[in-house]
Amino acid sequence: MDLTVVWAFIIAFAVFAYVVMDGFDLGIGILFPTFKAGRERDRAMNSIAPVWDGNETWLVLGGGGLFAAFPLAYAVILPATYPLIIAMLLGLVFRGVAFEYRWRDPGHQKFWDMAFTGGSFVAALAQGMTLGALLQGIEVVDRSYAGSWWDWLTPYTLLTGLGTVAGYALLGSTWLIWKLDGEEQAHARKLAVRAAIATIVLMGAVSLYNVTLNAEYAAHWLTAPQIYWVAPVPLVTAIIAVSMVRAITRDRNSKPFWLAIALFFLGMSGLGVTIWPYVVPPGLTIWDAAAPERSQIFMLVGVAITMPLIIGYTAWAYWVFRGKVADEGYH
Amino acid sequence: MFENLDALLLARIQFAFTVSFHFFFPAFSIGLASYLMVLEGLWLKTGKSVYLDLFKYWLKIFAIAFAMGVVSGIVMSYQFGTNWSVFSDKAGPVIGPLMAYEVLTAFFLEAGFLGVMLFGMNKVGKKLHFFATFMVALGTFVSAFWILSVNSWMQTPTGYEIGANGQFLPGPSWWDIVFNPSFPYRLVHTVMAAYLTTAFVVGAVGAWHLLKDRANPHARKMFSMAMWMAAIVTPAQIFAGDMHGLNTLEHQPAKVMAMEGHYQSHPEGAPLILFGIPDSEAKTVRYAIEIPKMSSLILKHDLDAPLAGLDTIPDDREPPVGMLFWSFRIMVGIGFAMLGIGLWSLWGRMRGKLYDMPWLHRAAVLMGPSGFAAVLAGWITTEVGRQPFVIYGLLRTADAASPLDAPAVAASLLAFIVVYFTVFGIGVWYVLKLMSKPPHAGEYGVKRGDVGPIRTAGITPGPTQNPGGEETLPTEAPGEKEPV
Repeated sequence: MDLTVVWAFIIAFAVFAYVVMDGFDLGIGILFPTFKAGRERDRAMNSIAPVWDGNETWLVLGGGGLFAAFPLAYAVILPATYPLIIAMLLGLVFRGVAFEYRWRDPGHQKFWDMAFTGGSFVAALAQGMTLGALLQGIEVVDRSYAGSWWDWLTPYTLLTGLGTVAGYALLGSTWLIWKLDGEEQAHARKLAVRAAIATIVLMGAVSLYNVTLNAEYAAHWLTAPQIYWVAPVPLVTAIIAVSMVRAITRDRNSKPFWLAIALFFLGMSGLGVTIWPYVVPPGLTIWDAAAPERSQIFMLVGVAITMPLIIGYTAWAYWVFRGKVADEGYH
Repeated sequence: MFENLDALLLARIQFAFTVSFHFFFPAFSIGLASYLMVLEGLWLKTGKSVYLDLFKYWLKIFAIAFAMGVVSGIVMSYQFGTNWSVFSDKAGPVIGPLMAYEVLTAFFLEAGFLGVMLFGMNKVGKKLHFFATFMVALGTFVSAFWILSVNSWMQTPTGYEIGANGQFLPGPSWWDIVFNPSFPYRLVHTVMAAYLTTAFVVGAVGAWHLLKDRANPHARKMFSMAMWMAAIVTPAQIFAGDMHGLNTLEHQPAKVMAMEGHYQSHPEGAPLILFGIPDSEAKTVRYAIEIPKMSSLILKHDLDAPLAGLDTIPDDREPPVGMLFWSFRIMVGIGFAMLGIGLWSLWGRMRGKLYDMPWLHRAAVLMGPSGFAAVLAGWITTEVGRQPFVIYGLLRTADAASPLDAPAVAASLLAFIVVYFTVFGIGVWYVLKLMSKPPHAGEYGVKRGDVGPIRTAGITPGPTQNPGGEETLPTEAPGEKEPV
């Protein structure tokens, strides 16, 4: 078994877990201004207050795991997207402290609500643009980023950035359908329909753009025999998208959220097909950037022991706070 | 503002600024998590409500401090790559896995149980809640374990091989990497520093409220607990610091020479320079107040033992003396002031007057932030002391930075400075506001603008925006009586 491939899947899993779990937190932040000050905002915030910190930890695993398993990729991608990463980090600062501060200082609650939204939006946009900057290719010379200052800012990266914002808004609004009821749930449905349409349109646009980015990406999708393997991805995506929109308008619980996650899963699988076997296209494959076997094995032992535990107690924490928010009161 | 500085110096300032700011929060929350665990444990054991009240009082403060620690910590985990990419590429195979272990064994543990600790008291039952608190406290410690192992490896690298591509690669034994020579000393010294930092904050808050009302049983309890820590842990910390210094002398002698201000070698016993003004141009300490042969006694346990000075180290391998000389003295000075408070409290306790000594209480209030100052001074000592290297003796700081231009780093540094001072400044203000309220019976925990009694779906709330919770009442003033 090739450990480098195993590690590529572990990092992909961490990124996926982050995107889905902090995605709905950030999505709620993005949608926050549309909620009524008072009960609706409080309930939306309370639905994620006990779990956001754990969700954000997957970002540290994605970054730290990349550092550990593919140090060269970490050392190239971060300088190449420097302004995006700094913007994301500062956005996450505002978003994270707003969870506490808005309750501490009722006189400035509106300000911290704005910080919550601004931070969430900037973080989501920066993450999506970083993904775009990676997919469009990063120039590497002599184990080091060799591009220029503004390589990360193109129409394509703006498209991936907006797609991520829309996708997070979709996750956030479907989460709220699950966690809220009454007129607040009805509001979440309306938001979810709009976010779903935006997400599907932008996902489609990014997918088409990807095929034009370089010949190798196109070959992954459009040549035989791969085409027989990958053709179902867009088809299944379309089916999921339709049933998700139906669920958003009807279901009272978690079904829209799970279908939104399924949509993200397919989107990420599609990205995997596109980028494989590169970790930093167009030059660095996962094998070029991989840490030595000793590092891989040492960490794999840790992952094998801790990951089931992490998933177990994370699931437990979600279970403790299950159900509609404020049905049992918050203390 | 920064137009005259080069990209390397800017990146160093940025790292120093963000890591210093960040470490204030774990320095406090490592100790506070353990304190909360002790309080909850004592409550479960004794059933005395004073412990539960104190637990809830400090839990609110912990929630803010922890949030600030998390968001400033994520910055650190990415900054290795954004600003120190050559270092990341070269050292990643060795230290990357240790940091991955920190995420897997500590960050998830803290974050996973934090929600239950903060909000789950009425949902999971007392024992399970205590378990959650324990896991958060354990997580803070495990986090310190791994990150200090990483830092120590950069100070005293062992167990590595150099690859054909110039990378540091792990040797056959991870044990040699994790338990590198300076790690055990740094771990003990840093964790005790965190405990003392928290103890002096708790002591100051207790003392502040005793000065207003010396009968307040909650203030008495927290002050007494903090003073026990000061009396017991400070001497242990001074001993551990001395051991750490001896370890540094063995592995990083130039650092100790700079701390001591020993520009010259002393073949017949080196003096301890208490104060003076280091002059690196003239390679001498001006206006020095010295105790003859004392330095040799401390470092070698022998009055006449020869001690080498910076004259034995090539200039391009020397750390800057002035900064180390002062930061070290600040740390040690605070340490002995802490010891003084501890002894003073023991004397008061023996006479049964611990709560009736306003001067002790005033001194304890004054010493409230001392732990943060000592911790910062200590880190400056050890980090500046390993310069000009980032991996000691092997990789120079100057060769480790990312290929970024100065304006990019200047812009990010400016953004960090503005955001950190405002956001964390406001956070510290909120913490101080909470501390200014006296702890009392029937203390609330972390409330979230409780939407009040259970409402069924579809019923709109009344005209008040924030019904219920005391913390959302805009008229709230320090010391105001809350509804019980």
